Amino acid sequence: MENILREGSAKTPSVSFDSQSGILELKGRSIPENSLEFYKPLNDWIDLYGQTPCDQTIVDIKLEYFNTSSSKCILDLFKKLERINLKGIPVSVNWYFEQDDEDMEEAGEDYQAILKLPFKMIEVDEI
Amino acid sequence: MSLKKIYSLYRTMEEENIIFSFNGVVTADFLTVILDIMETKMSYLSETSKTKKKVFNILVECLQNLYHHIDDENDLKRDLKKSKSSIVMVKHDQESYYVQTGNYIDKSVVSELDERLIKINGLDKEGLREYYRETLDNGAVSSKGTAGLGMIDIARKSGNKLEYEFLEIDEEFSFFSLNVKID
Repeated sequence: MENILREGSAKTPSVSFDSQSGILELKGRSIPENSLEFYKPLNDWIDLYGQTPCDQTIVDIKLEYFNTSSSKCILDLFKKLERINLKGIPVSVNWYFEQDDEDMEEAGEDYQAILKLPFKMIEVDEI
Repeated sequence: MSLKKIYSLYRTMEEENIIFSFNGVVTADFLTVILDIMETKMSYLSETSKTKKKVFNILVECLQNLYHHIDDENDLKRDLKKSKSSIVMVKHDQESYYVQTGNYIDKSVVSELDERLIKINGLDKEGLREYYRETLDNGAVSSKGTAGLGMIDIARKSGNKLEYEFLEIDEEFSFFSLNVKID
């Protein structure tokens, strides 16, 4: 299957979904007015990837911030990955947040509380 | 507007420490430009990146609320100015930032919005977290991509109670004023 490689913009994150390495990354900010448009292809990709996933999938979330419209789409994306994990094929999430950014740290904890996916919280100087 | 009014309006905004103001219809293009201007303006302020992020984030949610609000098909039949126009201001005094918005809303939605805001204002930090998680996990997404999370998120990030008021305008509309304080 084809990988997704997208540049970031002022309102959308850069995306790198690699089906060969099993490394999926979202980086930057996610504040589009209508997130469904942006996230639908990503969620569709994960549906397809889920049919023949790598032995291990690593999800790197390096978001500076995201709007509430995106938060729902990101949850849907995680739920698809959760299904892969529940089948016994490990998926883990690395949740990056900037030092002192409690809002982003809490956002990671929110997902962690909802999902059955291992989360690693990683504090960095700058995303 | 008389020329004197220009000066008096300018003075009022200076005295009120308004660092940004916009009135009119918040379209997708304007939204992008407003965020761009605010980001540049804030980059000049000697503020922690934490505060800047909070202000920016809350502004994004407020603007997108206004944007989605005008996106309503019913409004096409209505008094355009009233149903779509709004005001957005960012104020900065010694201690805090304030994101302030005002827009006309259909009278029929006043009580529902009021109830939601009363609920939000009645919750503490922990309660807001629970309410947010519950809505995130169970709430449905509208075709516009909104998920009913905006106000909860604004309250959560601001760390203060949301100040708001509904002003009765005519049989059809009320004016909804919102003041979000960010410490």
